Amino acid sequence: MHDKKRIIFLFSCMAIMLTLVGVFQSWNVALTIFNLCLISSIMSLGINIQWGNAGIVNFGVMGFAALGGLANILISMPPTNNAWELGGFYIVVGIIIFITSIILSVLIWRKTKFNNKIKYFISAFIIIFGYFLMRYLLDPSIEVIEAIEPAKTGYLGGLNLPILISWPIGGCLAAMAAFIIGKISLGLRSDYLAIATLGISEIIIYLLKNEDWLSRGVKNVNGLPRPVPYEIELQSKEWVIEIANWLEFSLAEMSSIIVKLSYSFLFIITLICIFYLLEVALKSPWGRMMRAIRDNEISANAMGKNIKRRHLQVFIIGSAIIGIAGAMLTTLDGQFTPVSYQPLRYTFLVWIMVIVGGSGNNFGSIIGGFLIWFFWIEAEPLGLWFLSFITSNMSDTSIVKNHLLENAAHIRLMFMGLILLITLRFAPKGLIPEIKR
Amino acid sequence: MIPGVTYGSQLALGALGITTIYTVLRFSNFAHGEFMSFGAMFTILITWFFTDIGIKLNIIPTALLALPIAVVITIIYCLLIDKFVFKFYRQQKSKSVITLIVSIGVMFFTSGLIRFIIGPADQSFSDGERFILKAKTFKNFTGLNEGLAIKTTQGITVVMTLFLVVLLFWFLNKTKTGKSMRAFSDNEELALLSGINPERVVFITWIIAGTLACVAGTLYGLDKSYKPFTYLQLVLPIFAAAIVGGVGNPIGAIIGGFVISFSELIVTFAYKKIFFYMLPNQLVPDGLLQILSTDYKIAVSFIILVLVLLIKPTGIYKGKII
Repeated sequence: MHDKKRIIFLFSCMAIMLTLVGVFQSWNVALTIFNLCLISSIMSLGINIQWGNAGIVNFGVMGFAALGGLANILISMPPTNNAWELGGFYIVVGIIIFITSIILSVLIWRKTKFNNKIKYFISAFIIIFGYFLMRYLLDPSIEVIEAIEPAKTGYLGGLNLPILISWPIGGCLAAMAAFIIGKISLGLRSDYLAIATLGISEIIIYLLKNEDWLSRGVKNVNGLPRPVPYEIELQSKEWVIEIANWLEFSLAEMSSIIVKLSYSFLFIITLICIFYLLEVALKSPWGRMMRAIRDNEISANAMGKNIKRRHLQVFIIGSAIIGIAGAMLTTLDGQFTPVSYQPLRYTFLVWIMVIVGGSGNNFGSIIGGFLIWFFWIEAEPLGLWFLSFITSNMSDTSIVKNHLLENAAHIRLMFMGLILLITLRFAPKGLIPEIKR
Repeated sequence: MIPGVTYGSQLALGALGITTIYTVLRFSNFAHGEFMSFGAMFTILITWFFTDIGIKLNIIPTALLALPIAVVITIIYCLLIDKFVFKFYRQQKSKSVITLIVSIGVMFFTSGLIRFIIGPADQSFSDGERFILKAKTFKNFTGLNEGLAIKTTQGITVVMTLFLVVLLFWFLNKTKTGKSMRAFSDNEELALLSGINPERVVFITWIIAGTLACVAGTLYGLDKSYKPFTYLQLVLPIFAAAIVGGVGNPIGAIIGGFVISFSELIVTFAYKKIFFYMLPNQLVPDGLLQILSTDYKIAVSFIILVLVLLIKPTGIYKGKII
């Protein structure tokens, strides 16, 4: 089959490129890129099931990934001393009150038979009242919690469980958020949905940045536990020293390569599991139905399919996958930094991956994730090399040359934009097009 | 109050640009923020050039002198982008989502270009008198306790916005070209039948959008300071303004801009001062008494956006539903 050849060709190209990086730069860099490629592929799988198979535009990747990262903190960090006794209770109560008030107002909105103006008034009043009650309960206890050793903790902390648990939990968190967001905004048409999800994901980031009691905000959470051994422990092991001697690597390099390889191993297992489940789902009648809804909503509706529910379902599944990937990313980084979540890097880059790889094809998303992430990282050295080639005729003191070399890093944004535009223009189906069934 | 008016005018100008593009070309242009940034960047470059050769306006910023040239450059850039990128999809009659994704590609490209030319650093290019009305002068003048200051840039923003909005409405309602544009946006096929040249309408739309983007970007840069990445964050409030007012309605876009900026102020305003003057001393509460803390300032516009989408997707003034 033509497609199979193409898949094998593209993946071996990718392998060769990574090997080249390994040989010319260093194996450490190559493995770092490889790990992030794996995570990117999982994220783009999540978008692919939404966009490629159901036609939903989700620009909220950033928010879901951040929620996945939050799960890392909630699960694996040690709980802060007496934070729970001092203020945790009131925080929980306050949040429950706020949620109840929202549910109550929605119920009133749906079930009662007043005319619209009274309804607006009552539900708005209940929500506002609930909000102020929450603030009244929350504010003092937040202050107390944030005052506990603010330089080190100052937040609630987590449950002190192994960090691997946080991956599925991150998926669950993202899924819950997706349920709420989907309920709110899936009724909207595509353009509005895109803007709404983008807005909501920004709100999530703002919450994480500013609610210090939950995530330490801009102070970041460092030193998350690891699912793999530390480099220093490895360096004292006999077998590591032996391998290092045999391959003629320095001990430090060898140990960090082993750590990265074990991360890759975990990520590959996750990727394969998700990939397999998605393939099975998409081959089943359920997947056929999703594609039918994507291609023609009206006729699918006429066949008795509940479009709203299916859309919600697929929105939740895709977002959960992104949440898992987000949790994995934070685990790999070892720290949670809300500031680092930017729409350009998360949302839009993942979209480019899906579109370049081929929307509707899971292999396509994976190769898209690999390729785009590879170039996102490598565009910088390549751009620098390219510019120094161009400017090699100019004198060293030339202002133009120095300016060009200084700003070489920003070439990658231009490069990504060009890749996206060229793909959409000349190969709108992507590198590996959707299989015709 | 005055920052609200200024920010509102900037948002309104941006939202007008987005609305114009949406009604005529029928897609949501995510690259608009970057067009704004592009315009502002050229204003800065030309301002530097002017100050270098010694041209300087004394009271108002030199940037105003550079603005017309930057507007022309932005328009040319918009037209080039349209010719090489958007035209293809228009002729294909692609879905609006596809064009939206294309505009994201343009956004990436433009932001890369901007950072490549001017670098990611912060640039301040406002010169001339800083204040029209200084806080102290105001105090002496009115005898009130609290100072009131109006920055020059704020004054310029409001005046420029008024000028542009009046010009735009005059153009849309009185001139023949403007009327043909409105006809085109109402019903494309009927407009084609009555002999309106679509390419000309598109051409003029980009001219309007480019002008608005460049002016809005420059004003924002003058008022705050120019940082390439802030413009990406501006896109969403602008969309929020356009949607709150009702997409496709120019008046709505302006109203939406002010609604967003004022609600940001109202929600994050520290009410302590009001209580301080109204209540006797013992009753004044301790905290700042904000409804939301100031950190959430930008998030407010997103919350409003989501609320409007939920309750009334057509916006305040009935626009088109996407």
